[in-house]
Amino acid sequence: MSDLITNGRGLSLVPKSDVALGMKDFKSDQEVRWCPGCGDYAILAAVQSFVPELGLKRENMVFVSGIGCSSRFPYYMNTYGFHSIHGRAPAIATGLAASRPDLSVWVITGDGDSLSIGGNHLIHALRRNVNLNILLFNNRIYGLTKGQYSPTSEVGKVTKSTPMGSLDKPFNPVSLALGAEASFVARTIDSDRKHLQSVLRQAAEHRGTSLVEIYQNCNIFNDGAFDQLKDPAQRDEITLRLEHGQPIVSATKAVRRSADGGIEVVARSEVREEEILVHDAHRADPTLAFALSRLDEPAFEHVPIGVFRNVDRPSYDELMAAQLEEATAQRGAGDLDELLLAGDTWRIG
Amino acid sequence: MTKQVQQLDRVIIRFAGDSGDGMQLTGDRFTAGTAEFGNDLSTLPNFPAEIRAPAGTLPGVSSFQLHFADHDILTPGDAPNVLVAMNPAALKANLSDLPRGGDIIANTDEFTKRNLQKVGYTANPLEDDSLAEWRVHAVPLTSLTVKALEGFDLSKKDAERSKNMFALGLLSWLYHRPTEATIQFLETKFAKKPDIAKANIAAFQAGWNYGETTESFSVSYEVKPAKLAPGVYRNISGNQALAYGLIAASVRSGLPLFLGSYPITPASDILHELSKHKRFGIRTFQAEDEIAGVGAALGAAFGGALGVTTTSGPGVALKAETVGLAVTTELPLVVVDVQRAGPSTGMPTKTEQTDLLMAMYGRNGESPVPIVAPATPSDCFDAAVEAARIAVKYRTPVMLLSDGYLANGSEPWKVPSAAELPDISVDFATAPNGEDGTTFLPFARDPETLARPWAIPGTAGLEHRIGGIEKADGTGNISYDPNNHDKMVRLRQAKIDGIAADIPALEVDDPDGDARVLVLGWGSTYGPIAAAVRRIRKSGGKVAQAHLRHLNPLPANTGEVLRSYDKVLLPEINLGQLALLLRARFLVDVISYNRVRGLPFKAEELASVIQDVIDSE
Ligand SMILES: Cc1ncc(C[n+]2csc(CCOP(=O)(O)OP(=O)(O)O)c2C)c(N)n1
Ligand code: SF4
Ligand SMILES: [Mg+2]
Repeated sequence: MSDLITNGRGLSLVPKSDVALGMKDFKSDQEVRWCPGCGDYAILAAVQSFVPELGLKRENMVFVSGIGCSSRFPYYMNTYGFHSIHGRAPAIATGLAASRPDLSVWVITGDGDSLSIGGNHLIHALRRNVNLNILLFNNRIYGLTKGQYSPTSEVGKVTKSTPMGSLDKPFNPVSLALGAEASFVARTIDSDRKHLQSVLRQAAEHRGTSLVEIYQNCNIFNDGAFDQLKDPAQRDEITLRLEHGQPIVSATKAVRRSADGGIEVVARSEVREEEILVHDAHRADPTLAFALSRLDEPAFEHVPIGVFRNVDRPSYDELMAAQLEEATAQRGAGDLDELLLAGDTWRIG
Repeated sequence: MTKQVQQLDRVIIRFAGDSGDGMQLTGDRFTAGTAEFGNDLSTLPNFPAEIRAPAGTLPGVSSFQLHFADHDILTPGDAPNVLVAMNPAALKANLSDLPRGGDIIANTDEFTKRNLQKVGYTANPLEDDSLAEWRVHAVPLTSLTVKALEGFDLSKKDAERSKNMFALGLLSWLYHRPTEATIQFLETKFAKKPDIAKANIAAFQAGWNYGETTESFSVSYEVKPAKLAPGVYRNISGNQALAYGLIAASVRSGLPLFLGSYPITPASDILHELSKHKRFGIRTFQAEDEIAGVGAALGAAFGGALGVTTTSGPGVALKAETVGLAVTTELPLVVVDVQRAGPSTGMPTKTEQTDLLMAMYGRNGESPVPIVAPATPSDCFDAAVEAARIAVKYRTPVMLLSDGYLANGSEPWKVPSAAELPDISVDFATAPNGEDGTTFLPFARDPETLARPWAIPGTAGLEHRIGGIEKADGTGNISYDPNNHDKMVRLRQAKIDGIAADIPALEVDDPDGDARVLVLGWGSTYGPIAAAVRRIRKSGGKVAQAHLRHLNPLPANTGEVLRSYDKVLLPEINLGQLALLLRARFLVDVISYNRVRGLPFKAEELASVIQDVIDSE
């Protein structure tokens, strides 16, 4: 097991609340307007009931979103909020978080918002490691624009814009994030509140960019996209729980190193306990995490859920603040008169 | 040998050579000497479009023009009096700009058969009489430099590199420029390589001595210091002035500066400059693209920073949607557009005024944005402070329209003291503003400015949500009510229109008060227009001049000014963008003069256009 441990500094600069807050303190007075049965409700409730335990001042929390059904989220949180434009939330949140390390900044985004129009901002936010928690609501469809396929839709998806089936290979958001140098990457599911909250907790504690992919059901345009993972008959079999320091197993399956140097999923009955891969989320090298992220290809035979990667790396806002401090320490705080008169000057009269 | 000294009131020198010849540095140093001496001056570099064009070719020519005088001047000069040509390409590329009778100082060593062929000369122009109408000073600059540096432990190639300093020395002698500052400059620049410093200084002094002793220069020239207003001066380029203006705005507003930017010519130098000044608490963020640059600046503004983004036309096109978001969320933001020739990539190193209508209207929906345009390189400082003042006071994005000519041009600037700059401090909202004393209305407005409160995260009790969806007046809650939308559209427009009461009236310069023709300009055309107006008046003509620094809203008296002249002439480096706005708004039949050559106007050109309009009266 590597020495790199989760940094736990995510909240160290955010002021703590003097009074205990509860779920109702985080509910805004706005009427929630998703379709009845939408997975977004479950995620909202999970977040609202989870954030009080962080013990932060409510006024120091900010939710920033792009455009999409999911991006309506900030209106329902009684914190500061910014519902921005399609795809740009990571950029806007970067400016906010980089200039205000005392804030706990959350980005709410959809699969189209973050992986189509905003793909560039997402990967750059991840590599920069600004102190953000990005919650990617993946319903594998464009909800708000009424049901076109998205960059996470499976090949062959029949929608209004793809009557003969979609042609392009989808992104795997976890693989993408790992390739983009993310320091914290996790996956969870709207229907499992306990798991969702445990992942959010770890994301919040991580200083730097945390990406959390949340499988979210759109019951109007892509109903049942994650049913295998919810179906009591099969979910325990196909869900591989990733817990740091624990063997990677489902009820019936286990992950081990394969002969060709990769990893493979085998029947649990066929492996010895010591052969089973033990999850190390803090491993500096992301290749094993990447291999884990590929296990659900083809989709949903066995799906790893949990924190794939959680490593300590200086966050962009800390580094930026350190440069300002260093410049000031070396030559003193800036003086405007001195600046304007620097260089060659001459006097007349 | 005693040499004759001739008095001149002004001189325009153009240093031209290969990109590798150090012409920009030579020009900068001559400028510094000239500034120190006390002349008024104006400079304009001309960079090749390619980064490293092949040596000795026409695309590789780089030049620097300097105009200096014993009186106040307005432009870098229409045409040089003196051309320093370091090679045949420099001569060929610049000769057509040099009026007959002008001086050519040519580096004969570079006029080799091969170099002549590279630019299509079949014969050496220094040897046939094709240059008979100019005064040619043929000087073997390279070999004289190598000879002067014989005692140094330098390769021939390294010695040759100092030829620009030899040329600088010669020109410094020719125009009686002080030398100490240049020597000091070289000592500091090459502090880590004292041998190179000494060699450059020796070359510089050899150039000076050459002028003093050689017979090819029988006359030297003196240009007396100019009588400028008392004060401390420095020379400053538009981009540097703009960056300093932004820093000043940060200091005077008490808001930390956050710059989100993506490199683009000719705006990058503002990013470079601001990146140097971290001890002012300035955060500079080189974003992944222009959209992220403006997005991050807006995010920082939401958090209480002075959010700024700097770019050129192509970048403004990308930022449009985010500027619209800033309009509707009513957050302060400064968007700097250093205009360049378009459309598309256009001519990145050339200047234009073609983004006015994009600044004005280039967004979806009714999304009015104030526009400020500096008139001269040093005015970029005040214009930046003014743009920030409007942005923070009215909680609105503001467009600051500079251009390539202002960005790279330089002039002496009377340095203001920090204390005399406007106080643009802001009050963040700190308490609920609802009638019940507990609710916060993020879109309640100040009755005078119509600005909404700026409540930043971290302020207890003022938690609120903003966004791009239409908001109900007052509460800011999402609203699809048709009447509310109409109201909000009008309120946002009224807020921007109301700024007209908070900016200076349009001033008219009409010395005798009886001119019938008004020349109007905006942005960087100020210098050439004013110089042309002087020429007309000198020859007894009557013409009034006015210059717009605020393009949206226009000064309150603009219509009145336009209507009080028989004719209004409006020169623009576009196809009539401001003319379109003025005609639509005031029904005034302005006469446009448009050239879109990527170059500033010339004073002579404008003088003849003005004269034509006067004559047609
Ligand atoms: C610039 C721009 N282009 C297109 C749109 C239309 N649009 C709004 S949301 C959306 C896709 C939303 O999909 P996703 O991000 O997956 O969010 P969901 O609604 O599924 O939560 C699109 C295409 C827009 N608002 N802005
Ligand atoms: S369209 Fe789908 S994602 Fe959007 S609110 Fe309805 S159910 Fe939810
Ligand atoms: Mg979606």
